[in-house]
Amino acid sequence: MTRFIDKETRVVVQGITGDQGEFHTKLMKEYGTKIDAGVTPGRGGQEVEGIPVYDTIREAKQVEEIDASIIFVPAPFSLDAALEAVEAELDPVVVITEGVPVRDSIELVARANLRGTTIIGPNTPGLIKAGESKMGIMPAQVFKKGEVGIISRSGTLFYEIAAHVTRVGLGQSTCVGLGGDPVVGLDYIDILKWFEDDPETKGVALIGEIGGNSEERAAQFIKDGGFTKPIAAYVAGRSAVPGKRMGHAGAIIQGGTGSADSKISALRDAGVAVGELPSQVAEALKELL
Amino acid sequence: MLKLLEYEAKEYFKKYGIPTPAGKMVTTPEAAREYTAELGKPVVIKVQLPVGGRGKAGGVKFADTPNEAAEAAQQLLGMTIKDLKVEKLYVEEKVDIVNEIYLGVTVDRNSKKHVILASSEGGMDIEEVAAETPERIIRHLVDPIDGLRSYHCYYIATRLGYSGRKMRQFGAFIAKLFELAVGMDAELTEINPLAEVEDGFLAADARLNVDNNSLFRHRELEEKLLDSYQGEFSGREMEAKEKDLTYVELDGDIGIIGNGAGLTMATLDTVMLLGGKAANFLDLGGGATSERISKAVKFVLSDERTKALFVNVLGGITRCDHTAQGIVAARKELGSEKPIVVRLMGTKEEEGMAILKENGIDTLDTMEEGAKMVVMLAGGS
Repeated sequence: MTRFIDKETRVVVQGITGDQGEFHTKLMKEYGTKIDAGVTPGRGGQEVEGIPVYDTIREAKQVEEIDASIIFVPAPFSLDAALEAVEAELDPVVVITEGVPVRDSIELVARANLRGTTIIGPNTPGLIKAGESKMGIMPAQVFKKGEVGIISRSGTLFYEIAAHVTRVGLGQSTCVGLGGDPVVGLDYIDILKWFEDDPETKGVALIGEIGGNSEERAAQFIKDGGFTKPIAAYVAGRSAVPGKRMGHAGAIIQGGTGSADSKISALRDAGVAVGELPSQVAEALKELL
Repeated sequence: MLKLLEYEAKEYFKKYGIPTPAGKMVTTPEAAREYTAELGKPVVIKVQLPVGGRGKAGGVKFADTPNEAAEAAQQLLGMTIKDLKVEKLYVEEKVDIVNEIYLGVTVDRNSKKHVILASSEGGMDIEEVAAETPERIIRHLVDPIDGLRSYHCYYIATRLGYSGRKMRQFGAFIAKLFELAVGMDAELTEINPLAEVEDGFLAADARLNVDNNSLFRHRELEEKLLDSYQGEFSGREMEAKEKDLTYVELDGDIGIIGNGAGLTMATLDTVMLLGGKAANFLDLGGGATSERISKAVKFVLSDERTKALFVNVLGGITRCDHTAQGIVAARKELGSEKPIVVRLMGTKEEEGMAILKENGIDTLDTMEEGAKMVVMLAGGS
């Protein structure tokens, strides 16, 4: 079962002594995330933001109670860091790291699936339960506790739409960044299933982009009755040129598949309100809820 | 994605024990003559360029004698294909092909596994085969935990119609190609055609596209990265790659810089929807420093087609104060008068806005307002 977070979730930050790890540990802590430990091999015994640093997760677990991990370690070391978290039965494991080789992501996802661990990312902004806890790098000020769940492959576009949701007077329940790589831990469908059963989520904003066909598969899932709550969507890349990679390794229109038009029409066909502008997603949800 | 040339890919094929015809990369007609004489057999001479469709463009010639080989090489070395000058040739022993097969390994995004693709329709455009006769392509998903076992390879070989010794040979061939795909972090490796000959199989062609993110494991390939982009990217795009910027050239007049692929694409889409045309896509990526932002702003503003620039940054891992410092520094350094529209939101937003205000640059609250403003400033509809 997909596992997310709330204010009780106790988090370890892997790579806490790096610039990004340290900066975002501070912001997560300010938001209310319970961060009980940090791990950087070779830096055990130090402190970051008043949080004790350990050399390994095993060592951290002997002293602290921890449930979940967020990873900021550089790409060449991220697979081992994530496998260490999986082996230590932490769940979810959120991999913020950009630039992870696809081969490593394939192995990580397969090993996590064996243990039933939820992997979020790599190359993800993370996840947030608005008003309670965040395991991620999203700017806290755009979120307000509320009823809209958000799923996105992109990071910054996710903040953009979250800000519009807040602006129209709604708020967010749980929001998840899937990650921009071709292979990531979760798909839209995994999270739609979770949102369907989550009493705090009354409606969903789905944010897609060109490349692959996971938006089309989500549309089919909705059409087949797998998700029944109000849902609005935005798909980035209508102006993209086929064959050109638009930033994300996953964002490319190839051999006739993965275009924004294909995704938009599949979603509309499933009864999803698709906005032409990011602000229209929030307005559509306002009307639906 | 790092696309190796055929002769480079074949060096790795040999390293992994994949049977290939005897061959050598040459750069002069004289070397082509010498190598053909050394082989003592008819040869095929193929241009080595990082673009497809060389056969149709006349980039492949056959020669029976050393003199014919030198003559063919002379003709090929003078050619230009898709704006690229031919400088390297691969001279290879001509093999007697019984049958042409397709074999490839790539990553299947949906199942999150490697997939092996095999087809008896070798020598053809495999995407065409996939579209028109999908039943002629065998797909085998490799379980990442179990791996690819010998019997999986035999299943594939059997489905292609092989039995006995040929079945075992082809099975072993698949195993080696898969080992290469994983070992070399291939996003795609394929052989088209894979030549079935009297007593076995040979890789008559070779494609090996390596995952850029894996280059820390393949340091020897790093220097080839820029070369492999030739032909695929424009001059400005190549310049951007050298500056380590994620940039796509487009044909409009509004410069676009964003952070994050999704937001930058959405910015382009919004500008287009409001009647403007983007000159480029530039994604700063995550955690850009002020130096990087300054470099990006200078790069886009120095494009003479750019009439106005829209910088749209949502601070998460990127900080708005760093963004503002980068924009201010770039404008000072360039002395550019081109209008800049900035939208900042998120981490260190107030600090960023204050820096811009001090330097006389206005900011807008939303992407849509920013897009409207920049379209107006660029003189669009």
